[in-house]
Amino acid sequence: MECQECHIRPATLHLTNVVNGQKTEMHVCEHCAKENGYVSYGQEGYSLHNLLSGLFHMNPSTVQGHKHFSQAPAALACPKCGLTYNEFTRIGKFGCASCYETFEDNLNPIFRRVHSGNTKHEGKIPKRMGSGIEKKRKIAAYRESMQQFIQEEEFEKAAELRDKIRLLEQQSDEQEEGDS
Amino acid sequence: MSLENFMSDAISPWMKENGPDCDIVMSSRIRLARNFENRTFPLIAKAEDLDDVLDFFQESYQDADFNDRGKLQFLRIADLSPIEKKVFVEKHLISPHLAEHAEEAGVLLSESEQVSIMVNEEDHLRIQLYLPGFQLRKALSEAFEVDDWLEQKITYAFDEERGYLTTCPTNVGTGLRASVMMHLPALTMTHQMNRLTPAINQLGLVVRGIYGEGSEAQGNIYQISNQITLGKSEQDIVEDLESVVSQLVEQERQARETLTEELSIQLEDRIFRSYGTLRYSRIIESKEAATCLSDVRLGIDIGYIQDMPQSILNELMVLIQPGFLQHYAKRSLSGRERDVLRASLIRERLHLENN
Repeated sequence: MECQECHIRPATLHLTNVVNGQKTEMHVCEHCAKENGYVSYGQEGYSLHNLLSGLFHMNPSTVQGHKHFSQAPAALACPKCGLTYNEFTRIGKFGCASCYETFEDNLNPIFRRVHSGNTKHEGKIPKRMGSGIEKKRKIAAYRESMQQFIQEEEFEKAAELRDKIRLLEQQSDEQEEGDS
Repeated sequence: MSLENFMSDAISPWMKENGPDCDIVMSSRIRLARNFENRTFPLIAKAEDLDDVLDFFQESYQDADFNDRGKLQFLRIADLSPIEKKVFVEKHLISPHLAEHAEEAGVLLSESEQVSIMVNEEDHLRIQLYLPGFQLRKALSEAFEVDDWLEQKITYAFDEERGYLTTCPTNVGTGLRASVMMHLPALTMTHQMNRLTPAINQLGLVVRGIYGEGSEAQGNIYQISNQITLGKSEQDIVEDLESVVSQLVEQERQARETLTEELSIQLEDRIFRSYGTLRYSRIIESKEAATCLSDVRLGIDIGYIQDMPQSILNELMVLIQPGFLQHYAKRSLSGRERDVLRASLIRERLHLENN
């Protein structure tokens, strides 16, 4: 069947319209359907979005085969924006920053699925809250390599790191005192 | 308006410069998603809250000087005509989502159109930065500059554990989408893209057509971007993407070499047939035009066609889109009218080069 608009391409879309019981049928190609607005072109993202909300519905407890019910009651709602857990799983989107806290207990499985196993942010920190967090991260990284050095019996290097950690910890203590 | 003037208007100034590997990588883009700490995300926010955000941008950043990039201009999407909106989408300055669904949205643009900050898209801010050619790292560091500069006046929604908080769980963490636009005619002709795409997907990267999700690879142009935003630093994300893109560049060069060695006359024939179509056709659909443009651009890159700038593909790919044609005609056009105007604009543009 050829497209009834352009009469060139084959009709690949068959649309049925019912207005007041009157049925009209249209046979058009994809090109003409787009051109004439029979199908909306804002459909991109549809599949991804649906996939996502599908993921949310996979209750973490049933996935792991546990018998107990999910911790999050469907009625759980964000105190800030009012988004309920039910709505969150349906639309697959957060309503505000507080939603992250509200639904915290159920987020790790979702993030793990979306971000291939990751749940914790690495990378840029806003300048405004930066220095404190950055220091904490540095200390954690130093601790890790210090342990490594100890295991490899490179005690001099480990001691160097220990001093660095002390210095950083002192700095942040002073800062806190200064703040209060 | 003469075509020359219209063209110079139509193409973002940054696109006219050449970048590294620009025979294959057309542009590099960094996008950062950010939200205000104490405001409901745009998706479910009330209209007056969204207006508040727009007013804040208007007051804080209209005509603001950002470093040495000149003045920024703030536009409300509601003030744009439907055709203007389409043109902005076709120039990649705003997303289709912003153009179609957001009543209370805006965009902050730098003079060169290299920086565009969408306001009240899915997130409060979507910072976009473009560079010509293959320059992801530079784009990242420049996008960070914009981010830091904005942050002087905005407290971002951020959590130590989860990073930058976004509307969609797919953006949380860095909020970073790094992408490149690549012209891969030889890999497509030799059917290698069908094989490479799933492999690239397995590395956590996404391959798409020129106009984003769901669009097909018009004119053998592919957009490749990262998928994962959480648990990897921005530098690592960019480096991972870079290493895949470098390999693709290498493979595309090899495929071009093989094609010119083994199928020299067939390839030359195909390229010049396409060139002929563009030069002489009176009616041309955007898909056919895109295919021919891709061939001609390949012909320029491998030296079959001389005295033609490489940028012709970038330029004409934007110009042949429906929004641009109607912008040029200053009215809306039927499908057939567009195909006729498209053919005539392409002819005229190629003619400019030969004089």
